[in-house]
Amino acid sequence: MIHQYRLNGINIVLDVDTSSVLTVDDLSYEILELYEKNSHQVIINTLSSKYKKDEISEALSEIESLIKEGLLFSKHDYNPDQYGNTDLIKAICLHVAHDCNLKCNYCFAAQGDFEGEKCLMPLEVGKKAIDFLVGQSRHRKNLEIDFFGGEPLMNLDVVKELVLYGNQVAQENGKNFKYTMTTNGVLLDEEARQYLNDTMDNVVLSLDGRKEINDHMRKTINDQGSFDVIINNIKKMADLRGDKDHYIRGTFTHFNLDFSKDVRFLAQQGFKSISVEPVVAEPIHDYAIREEDLEALKSEYDQLALDYLNQENEGLDYNFFHFNVELDQGPCAYKRLSGCGAGRDYVAVTPQGDIYPCHQFVGNESFKMGHVKTGISNHQIKEHFDAGNLLKKDDCQNCWAKYFCGGGCHANAYNFNGTIMEPHKISCELEKRRVENAIMIEIIKDDQI
Amino acid sequence: MMKHIKLVKKGRLTEVKNKGCGECQTSCQSACKTSCTVGNQKCKQEN
Repeated sequence: MIHQYRLNGINIVLDVDTSSVLTVDDLSYEILELYEKNSHQVIINTLSSKYKKDEISEALSEIESLIKEGLLFSKHDYNPDQYGNTDLIKAICLHVAHDCNLKCNYCFAAQGDFEGEKCLMPLEVGKKAIDFLVGQSRHRKNLEIDFFGGEPLMNLDVVKELVLYGNQVAQENGKNFKYTMTTNGVLLDEEARQYLNDTMDNVVLSLDGRKEINDHMRKTINDQGSFDVIINNIKKMADLRGDKDHYIRGTFTHFNLDFSKDVRFLAQQGFKSISVEPVVAEPIHDYAIREEDLEALKSEYDQLALDYLNQENEGLDYNFFHFNVELDQGPCAYKRLSGCGAGRDYVAVTPQGDIYPCHQFVGNESFKMGHVKTGISNHQIKEHFDAGNLLKKDDCQNCWAKYFCGGGCHANAYNFNGTIMEPHKISCELEKRRVENAIMIEIIKDDQI
Repeated sequence: MMKHIKLVKKGRLTEVKNKGCGECQTSCQSACKTSCTVGNQKCKQEN
């Protein structure tokens, strides 16, 4: 299968099964549009009013040679079972606080408590969770712990103890923990900033962009906008972080379909690592992205890509998470086939110690997989997620972008379609345009080398 | 050297020998948390 598209004046061709990227002239682009369903003679006859016959034959010959090399219209059968590890978990999302000091309108965590009791994770539960992770990880060396909430800084003392415990356990068991914290920045004082910078491998800082956009959705407990409360803390954190991994993580909604302006705003504030992505919400909410927003959003990604390429001329220097694409050293086919790690090699743990497939399933009792003290007890859920790979999703079979998204987010799929096996359509459409732009950006960068 | 087509990146997706070790980052942990992105991750074996 190939995917061909024109973007920013470039004719781009992706060979899906090898993930090869080619640029072609207009003639070859038109030939490729006809190629699979027509003979050479028909192609020559169709295009001969526009192009010279020997030129058409020459381009056809180049296409034939690439097909022989396996770089165009390639077909490869992958074995999804080779990546299956039914008892192996390598990452946990630790919900150290089911409480929050903001009340953002779009919060999937129901303003921090996931529609349950407001509470903080006791140290003992956190330690059990780390023991559980190490026990389940078997031979895997590189493990991940994300301190999440609610707002994890509301339980920073426990986080500190858990990092000490994690380091000790890692050393004893020959593991390497990668720590991440996702915070809204409210409690990010100097001491917290220094601590996170010293211990976290990645820090994700929530901020939506322009003040009025941020404040429309991200409210304080007193219903005021949060921008003025958090901006200095987040700026100081990003400055301290320097080149170490961190992201300014924003969400755009139906209210800011012009979100490229928010990305630009964040870049103008000096932020260098930016991730702004669509809200995931049911259509009953006024802020939800809906199908009629799609064309505007696709154009917005195109605009953002042009801005991104032009950043140096504007005196900006930033990285946009969703325009990163690894064409040289990307993940292997098995990783791409398995895609979303929820419930398979990644789980979320609540303050009470309950285990769910991921943070977005927390609170849905039917997805409770077990408890950190007793391990996985509902093996059916684990098996269900284990089996949810790309090759078993009907909608993905003929999608050119399948090896870039891995079949999409299982929580989004379940929340919208009632099954993890049917991806969320709007997310798919936006992902495809992000990937198209990301590849275009790589081509231009490659040309400049 | 081709006149009409340029191979920008020769994809290596079909190179699966010794792959699938699973040491790479979990897909949702980096900067998204509400989507799934695998195409931007690096293979841990090549770092």
